[in-house]
Amino acid sequence: MKDISIVLSGEAGQGIQTVEKILVSTLKLSGYFVFSAREFMSRIRGGSNSTEIRVSDKPVNSFVEKIDVLIPLDGEAVDHVKWRIDKDTIILGKKEFIEGKAEKTFEVPFTELAKEAGNKLYANTVTVGLLSGMLGVDFSVVKDFIRDFFKMKGKEIVKGNIEAAKKGYELGEKMAEGKDIDFKLKINEKAKEHLLLSGTDLVSLGAIAGGCNFISSYPMSPSTGVLTFLSGQQEEFGIIAEQAESEICAINMALGAFYAGARAMVTTSGGGFALMAEGLSLAGMLETPIVIHLAQRPGPATGLPTRSEQGDLLFALFAGHGEFPRIIFAPGKTEDVFYLTRKAFDMADKFQVPVIIMTDQYLLDSSFLVSSIDVTKLKIKKYFIKTDKDYKRYKMTKDGVSPRGIPGYGKGLVVVDSDEHDEEGHITEDLDFRTKIVDKRLKKMDLIKKEIEPPELIGNKNYKTLVIGWGSTYYGIKEALKRLENTEISFLHYKQLYPLHPDTGKYLEKAKKTILVENNATGQFAKLIKMETGIQIDDSVLKYNGLPFGVEEIVKNLRRIEKKEGK
Amino acid sequence: MDAKTYDMGRIDIAWCPGCGNFSILKILKDALSGLDIKPEELVMVSGIGQAAKIPHYLKGNVFNGLHGRALPPATAIKAVNRKLVVIAESGDGDMYGEGGNHFLHAIRRNPDITNIVHNNMVYGLTKGQASPTSMEGFKTPVQVNGVILEPFNPLAVAISLGASFVSRAYSDDIKETKEIIKKAIKHKGYALVDLLHPCVSYNKLNDRKWFKENTYYLPEDYDPTDKNEAFRKATEEDKLPLGIFYINKEREPFEEKLVAYKKNKKPMYEREVDLKKLENLIKSKKG
Repeated sequence: MKDISIVLSGEAGQGIQTVEKILVSTLKLSGYFVFSAREFMSRIRGGSNSTEIRVSDKPVNSFVEKIDVLIPLDGEAVDHVKWRIDKDTIILGKKEFIEGKAEKTFEVPFTELAKEAGNKLYANTVTVGLLSGMLGVDFSVVKDFIRDFFKMKGKEIVKGNIEAAKKGYELGEKMAEGKDIDFKLKINEKAKEHLLLSGTDLVSLGAIAGGCNFISSYPMSPSTGVLTFLSGQQEEFGIIAEQAESEICAINMALGAFYAGARAMVTTSGGGFALMAEGLSLAGMLETPIVIHLAQRPGPATGLPTRSEQGDLLFALFAGHGEFPRIIFAPGKTEDVFYLTRKAFDMADKFQVPVIIMTDQYLLDSSFLVSSIDVTKLKIKKYFIKTDKDYKRYKMTKDGVSPRGIPGYGKGLVVVDSDEHDEEGHITEDLDFRTKIVDKRLKKMDLIKKEIEPPELIGNKNYKTLVIGWGSTYYGIKEALKRLENTEISFLHYKQLYPLHPDTGKYLEKAKKTILVENNATGQFAKLIKMETGIQIDDSVLKYNGLPFGVEEIVKNLRRIEKKEGK
Repeated sequence: MDAKTYDMGRIDIAWCPGCGNFSILKILKDALSGLDIKPEELVMVSGIGQAAKIPHYLKGNVFNGLHGRALPPATAIKAVNRKLVVIAESGDGDMYGEGGNHFLHAIRRNPDITNIVHNNMVYGLTKGQASPTSMEGFKTPVQVNGVILEPFNPLAVAISLGASFVSRAYSDDIKETKEIIKKAIKHKGYALVDLLHPCVSYNKLNDRKWFKENTYYLPEDYDPTDKNEAFRKATEEDKLPLGIFYINKEREPFEEKLVAYKKNKKPMYEREVDLKKLENLIKSKKG
C-alpha cells in the first residue's frame, strides 16, 4: 500500500477548504482513496489552520502526523506544523514562506501563475492543479470538476480557473520528477464508486433515515453542521428545522415535538448539552423519546471551541437529575455513524428513553470514502398507538414500556407531567405508587440490554494485549495495530457505551494486559468499565491537547507499553 | 358544548381557598366550551408553580413540563400538528422570570398558541417571594426591605416586539375575561393574556380591593390596531387598563411559514420518510 499525506496550512479565509474540497473530490473521482481531516482556530479570518489530505491506492481513514507534501499559504504555516515535518517532507510554496525552513523546499510562484491565468485570486486553483499534476491525475477530471464547481460564477471565472489549474498541473508534473517520493499511485476503480461523506453528513443522513422530521438547536461548534445539513433538506424531506434561542429551548422544543408525534433531535456540544441537562431529565420523567447528538470538543466551559476531545463521556452518562434509563452510542466506523444515528431514533421511540450519539470535531469535520449505504430496505417502524377513550399514558405493563399515544390521534387524552404522576399522567404524591412507577421506568433497561451493540474485536481472537477504544479513534487504532504487526495485540472498539455490553468482562479477563486509548485526560471509559465490571484497565494512552491521535503516536505509545512488564 | 365536558370529577385541587385560580379555571372551561373545542383536540402546556397545575384540573391533553419552559414545547406541538389547539398557561414567575427569554422569542416566532399568564405579582408555591411583576416596595421574606427592582411590564414588551395579540384581564371579572380568552384562542397567531388575579395567601398588597380600585376597561372605541396607542396604554401605571390592547393582523403564524408544509400538509405523525429520495441524496454524494 502506498499513501501520501498532503497538508495545506495557512490562515482562515485563504481558501484552504476550497482547495480541500476540489482536490479531495477530483482525486476520488480519479480513482484514489482519500481521507481528509481539519484542525483550525476559533476565528473566521487569520490564525493558523491546516488540512490533511491522505491519498492512497487502498482505503485510508485516519489522521497521520507525517507530512509528505506541505503547501504553506502564509509565513506562519511551516512553523505551525513544524512538529510534523521531517527531512523527507517536501515543502512547496512562495519563496518568503519556505526559505530556510526545511531541507526540501521548492519555490512555486502560485500568485504569478494565477496572474498569468487572469487573476491572482486563482492561486488556490493553481495549488489544486499543482498537486493533481504531481499525482498524475487525469487532467480532464480536474477540468470537469472545476467547470462544475465554478459554473455559478460565470464563464470567465470558469475559464480562468481551468487555465490556472492547467498551469499548476504542468508545473506539478515536472516537480514530481526526480523526487524521493513516488507520486504515482495505482488507480482503483472501486474508489470512484464510493461515497464521499463527512462525519457530519453521516450523522445527518442517518437522522433522515431514522425518520427525523424535527430538529431544534442552537449553533455550537462542532455540532452545527448537522443543523445546517437538515435545514437544507427541510422542503425535500418535510423537516422542521428551527434555530432555538438557547439549548434549553432546543431540547424542550424537541420534547414537545416528539410528544406530539414527530421524530425529533437536537445537536449540540458540551456547553450546550450542559444547558440541556434539565431537559434530559425531563425526557426521562415524561418517557418522551429524544435523540441528542453530542459533538464533543475540549472543555471545561468554552474550552477549545474548534478542536476535538472525548471528554464528555461521563457527563453524558450522568447528566440529568434523578434516575432514569438512557442509551449512549459512540460510532467510529463510517457505516456505524449512519446506522447508529438511524437506530437512535428507533431505540428512543421503542423504549421511550433519551438516546445520545457521541461524536467529536475530528469525526464530524473529516471526510471519508464510504463504500455504500443501502437505505431501500430500511423501513421505519412507528411505535405510537391510536388511543381509545380510557387511555392511560403510564399504564403499568410487564416490561415497563407503556404504549405511547400522541395528542389528536384517537379518542384518548395524552397527559405527561414532570411531577411524579399516576398512570393517567396527573400529579401524584402517592408514595407507594412512586416506588412502582420508578421501578416501571427503570425496568425498561432490561429490554434495552437485550439490544446492545456488541463491541467490535479487530485482530486475533487469542490476544495477549487488548487495546480498548470508543468512537472516533476507531480507524486510528486499527491502522496503528496494522503497523505494529503484532498478532498478540488486538483491538476492542465500543460503538455503544451505555448500557455496556455484558461480554466486556470476558474480553478483558482474557487479556494479559489491557490498554485504553482515549482522547481525554482522565481515562473516562476505564472508569465506566470499572464501574460496570469491577475490572481495572492496566494502562492507558491519553491525549488532550485538542488534536486527535495521529497513527504514529498510537504506535509509539503501544510499543512503549508493550516493552513494560505484563501483569 | 357543555362546560362540564372538561370536568375532571372528584379531584384534589392544590390551590388555597379563595385563590383567583379557581375562577380562572371556570372561565377557561367556559371559554373552551363556548368555542366547541373537544378535550382531545386541546393541548394544555404548562411549567411549574400553582398556576401551572391548571392543566391537571380540566380534561385535555397535557404537557406539564419544566419551570419556565412551557412556550418551547407549546410552539413545537403546534408546529408538528397544526390541527391541535395549544394553550401555554403558567404563572408570572414561570413565564416572565424563569422563562423570560422564551417569552421574547415565542413572540418573535408567533406560533398560533394562546399564552395565558396568571399574574398575581408574587411567588405562591415557594411561599411569598417577589415575582418579576411585584410592585416596588413590596415586602417579602427575601425582599425584606421591599422590592427595589422595576416591575416587568409584559404588555409593553409584547407590543414592542409586535406581538400579534396582547391583552390583560382580571380573574374576578368572569364575563369580560371569558370573552378576552375566547378571542385570544380564536386569534391566528401568538396571543398573550396577562391575567391578573389575587393571591390570598402571600400578596396582601394587591388584594381584591386593590384590583377593583386600580383597574379599568379600555373604552369601546379603543382601536387595538394602533401600536403607539397600545404601547401608551400598556405603560399606564396609575390604573391598569384591562382588555385587548393590541392586534397585529399582518403576522402569519410560525407553523404556516414552515417549508416542511410546502409540499405536504399532513401533520408530522402521519408522514413517512421518502426512502427513494434519500437513496438519491446519498448517491449524489460521490464527489
